[in-house]
Amino acid sequence: MKTNDVILQFTAKIVFFMIFFYAVHIFFAGHYTPGGGFVGGLVTASAIVLLIIAFDIKTVQSIIPINYIYLVAVGLIIAGATAAFSMFMGKPFFTHYFDYFYLPLLGKTSLHTAALFDLGVYLVVVGVTMTIIQTIGEDE
Amino acid sequence: MEILMAFVCGFLFMAAIYLILSRSLLRIIIGTGLLSHGAHLLILTMGSFKGSAPPVLSEGVTDYVDPVPQALILTAIVISFGVTAFFLVLAYRAYQELKTDDMTLMKGSEDHE
Amino acid sequence: MFQVLCIFIPILAALFMPFFFKKVRSIHTGWFVLIVPLFLVTFYATFVPLISKGETVIAQLDWIPSLGISFVSYLDGLSLLFSLLISGIGALVVLYSIYYLDRTVEQLHNFYIYLLMFMTAMLGVVQSDNMITLYLFWELTSISSFLLIGYWFNRDKSRFGALKSTIITVGGGMLMLGGFVLLSIMGETFSIRELIEQAPELATNDTFVIALILILLGAFTKSAQFPFYIWLPDAMEAPTPVSAYLHSATMVKAGIYLVARFTPIFALSEVWVWLVAGIGLLTLFWGSFFAVKQTDLKGILAFSTVSQLGLIMSLLGVSAIAYHVNGAQDTVFKYAAFAAIFHLINHATFKGSLFMIAGIVDHETGTRDIRKLGGLMGLMPISFTVALIGSFSMAGLPPFNGFLSKEMFLTAMLSVAEFDLFNFTTWGVLFPIIAWIASVFTFIYSFYFVFRTFTGKIKLEALPKKPHEAPVGMLISPVILASLVIAIFFIPNVIADTFVKPAVVAIQPFLYTNPEQVDIHVSAWHGFTPELFMTLGIIVVGLVLFMILAKWQKIYDAFPAKLTLNNLYDFIVYEFSDKWMNRLSKTYMTGSIRGYLSYMFTGIAIIVIGTLFIKDGFKVSFLGASPIRPSQVLLILVLVIGTITTVFAKSRITSIVALGAVGYTVSLFFVMFNAPDLALTQLVIETISVALFLLAFYHLPKFRKAEERTRFRFGRAFVSIAVGVMVTLVALSAHSQKYIESIAQYYKDTVYTLAGGGNIVNVILVDYRGFDTLFEITVLAIAGMAIYGMIKLRMSKKGGKL
Repeated sequence: MKTNDVILQFTAKIVFFMIFFYAVHIFFAGHYTPGGGFVGGLVTASAIVLLIIAFDIKTVQSIIPINYIYLVAVGLIIAGATAAFSMFMGKPFFTHYFDYFYLPLLGKTSLHTAALFDLGVYLVVVGVTMTIIQTIGEDE
Repeated sequence: MEILMAFVCGFLFMAAIYLILSRSLLRIIIGTGLLSHGAHLLILTMGSFKGSAPPVLSEGVTDYVDPVPQALILTAIVISFGVTAFFLVLAYRAYQELKTDDMTLMKGSEDHE
Repeated sequence: MFQVLCIFIPILAALFMPFFFKKVRSIHTGWFVLIVPLFLVTFYATFVPLISKGETVIAQLDWIPSLGISFVSYLDGLSLLFSLLISGIGALVVLYSIYYLDRTVEQLHNFYIYLLMFMTAMLGVVQSDNMITLYLFWELTSISSFLLIGYWFNRDKSRFGALKSTIITVGGGMLMLGGFVLLSIMGETFSIRELIEQAPELATNDTFVIALILILLGAFTKSAQFPFYIWLPDAMEAPTPVSAYLHSATMVKAGIYLVARFTPIFALSEVWVWLVAGIGLLTLFWGSFFAVKQTDLKGILAFSTVSQLGLIMSLLGVSAIAYHVNGAQDTVFKYAAFAAIFHLINHATFKGSLFMIAGIVDHETGTRDIRKLGGLMGLMPISFTVALIGSFSMAGLPPFNGFLSKEMFLTAMLSVAEFDLFNFTTWGVLFPIIAWIASVFTFIYSFYFVFRTFTGKIKLEALPKKPHEAPVGMLISPVILASLVIAIFFIPNVIADTFVKPAVVAIQPFLYTNPEQVDIHVSAWHGFTPELFMTLGIIVVGLVLFMILAKWQKIYDAFPAKLTLNNLYDFIVYEFSDKWMNRLSKTYMTGSIRGYLSYMFTGIAIIVIGTLFIKDGFKVSFLGASPIRPSQVLLILVLVIGTITTVFAKSRITSIVALGAVGYTVSLFFVMFNAPDLALTQLVIETISVALFLLAFYHLPKFRKAEERTRFRFGRAFVSIAVGVMVTLVALSAHSQKYIESIAQYYKDTVYTLAGGGNIVNVILVDYRGFDTLFEITVLAIAGMAIYGMIKLRMSKKGGKL
């Protein structure tokens, strides 16, 4: 059965970017306002799911050629490494550091190792969610 | 409100357990979903709903709600998603291999040694 | 430091053995293994001059300092002697195994890994001064013994033997651990040396005797004493190098070592003297008596090992008497400890060579059944000579080392009759008598072993293989041991001064302070003493009985087969636990998960509700509750309806959608209760979950119309109502009484200053409680991986090999 889903596909393309940038926003905003790695990751995943619904898994896989299992691994490594970093500085495991910087365009910005850890969380969540959905979807 | 929510949580647990004890695999999975909803609400209820502002720092606000249960629940939500997905796949793989979703038929045979 | 490391050298070397086995196939892996014991024996030999002067060397490596647990390498006369035995015999056994195990057929890497693991374990047992690590190594010897006995794991008897030995020795080890713990509570230390120093005070404790018995049980099970010896004959299913190494020369002597090591602590107790000496003597007699019944070559040797271990054990028991006699170093009581150690060395040499000969006979003829063997003397002259030397030494004949230690054994046993404490005046006289009878049987089985195999008529047709002399490499080790057997006879005092006396000092530190004070001179001839006449009697009676063996061997058949200890073991392990206990557990372990879940949920509900009321924890208070708003009531209604729909929906899709509705309602609750993060997460999760359910929908089974029998429905309803009531009660009580302030205030105060964040929930997740989150994403990753595995791996299997 061939259905005409041009409208869906067209909308999905635009909405995908909107959701994705929203996800990036709430990921970075998470330290001060609601959001964070978990939600950011889940929203990103749901954006990709939207694409999958509009097109199909194979197409999406060729558009975003990421092996999500690697993404999980990278995320775990980032999170673990961030936590372990402080050990090399003679501090207990999981000591975070932060400071404020003045960056061009952005103004006063706080840079935080916790954000790096959150990035790990983000990657793991995206990776796992997409792995699950992809493997189930691909299974005949 | 807390009193009322206590009963709601109890009700959710009751429904969840009832489903979990059924024979059909899918019902069991749905039961675990309900169970996690109940647990999340229970944690929140036990922490009480005192406070008028969400636990996000803002000017001039001191009356925040308790952030600890929220942090616990946030972890629990994501984990329960992972678990649900795992159960789901486990269930349908079991169904594919065993051609049944009846728990009473799935139990190990008597003389496996 | 390096000294402690040496204990671990074998197990570290074991890591490389699979590599050598896989990559260097043309060279037998054993040659690489051989380096390890050779190095160790040289290393420990460098300590000999120091230790034989009575010095001790100690090195320590902390493991868990807060609990006082550390790896200690404590070398004194006793542990050095054992270390040399372990590495020395180890080297010979490895050399022998190179020719015994075919490199093209056997899984050599497995074999040598187990063997090296055992070497580490055994060195650890004899050198540890810390009781906890001693126990650790002790159990490791049991484990490696299990693996080695079961090396040919496709044989039923191997598995049976491996299991039996493990059940008995590990069981004993557990009891021993109990003894150690009791001792450490009494003495407030795990160090054996420190315990020895406070031995007199320890003896006044109430639990002293309990600790003593527990530790003895550990030693007795390991050293195959009556009635625990039954595992040793079955352990003979192991490859012969293993039998020679573990089950005669080293591991079974761990119990001996333990008794020797703890003698200074426990010797003050009457129970110790009676138990060690009595059980030892009983084992000595029992083992030698039943050795004559065996028809398997290794079976004879196994029972003879049991008997010889009993001999050493009884000597150690008698040596404890010296603590109860004034000026024991000048009396006849001084001989026992010396004889024990001396015989231990001798036993290792002659029994090791005999095991290797048994292995050679098995290897060359294809059978170990003594009824099929005979007349091999002409075909295997070297093996025959070695066997003759070993057997004569075992029988206690000159000019072999066994003669010397047997004489001393008789001296020690005769001395018991002179002891006048602990009722020994009445029973002590039995000691020399039993010892004499056991020696007669020892003589008989020694002759039985060697002459039935090598003399008489050859039965070529009964043998699976055509026999011929073993290859030279296989003969090296037994020949070395046999020459030691003779050498020790001629230079006994060199051995005594270097090895035996330092060890005696370790066993009897209250009598001697250095080895030179041990005033014992070994000589083959010491006049017409009672010992000499006893030996003559043994030879005469033994020879006569051996000649007419066929006439009286039938008496063994008179013993009822049902009343043996083996039957008791089989009954306990197979009849009792396997059948009866299984039947009992099957009554409630139905295999139905629903049943189990019902038990659990009911149990939880009963326990929690019960506790609430018994402890008077249930309380309802409306104080401090937040007001109920109409919108909330509406939400609750939606939630309840959604839940009911989920439960009673007839079709899958309704159920799934209703579950989604419940989820969205929950996220609205989060909005209402000021939890924006939760609301956001729940919303997205719910969306993805529903998508997931629908994706999997195609694969999922339909609901069946006829669901359940009504009776079970009531059961289900009852259990679920109970849990629901429990949750409600807990939630109400939790709300109504708060004893502890929430930790939240700390977070609220410090979130900006310490963590530099504004969203408290998120900061808790990534900073304050980052550990939780780290493990949470790990769990999530595992779940993802498991799902991936469940689906993908099966596909590749279908497309690939299957």
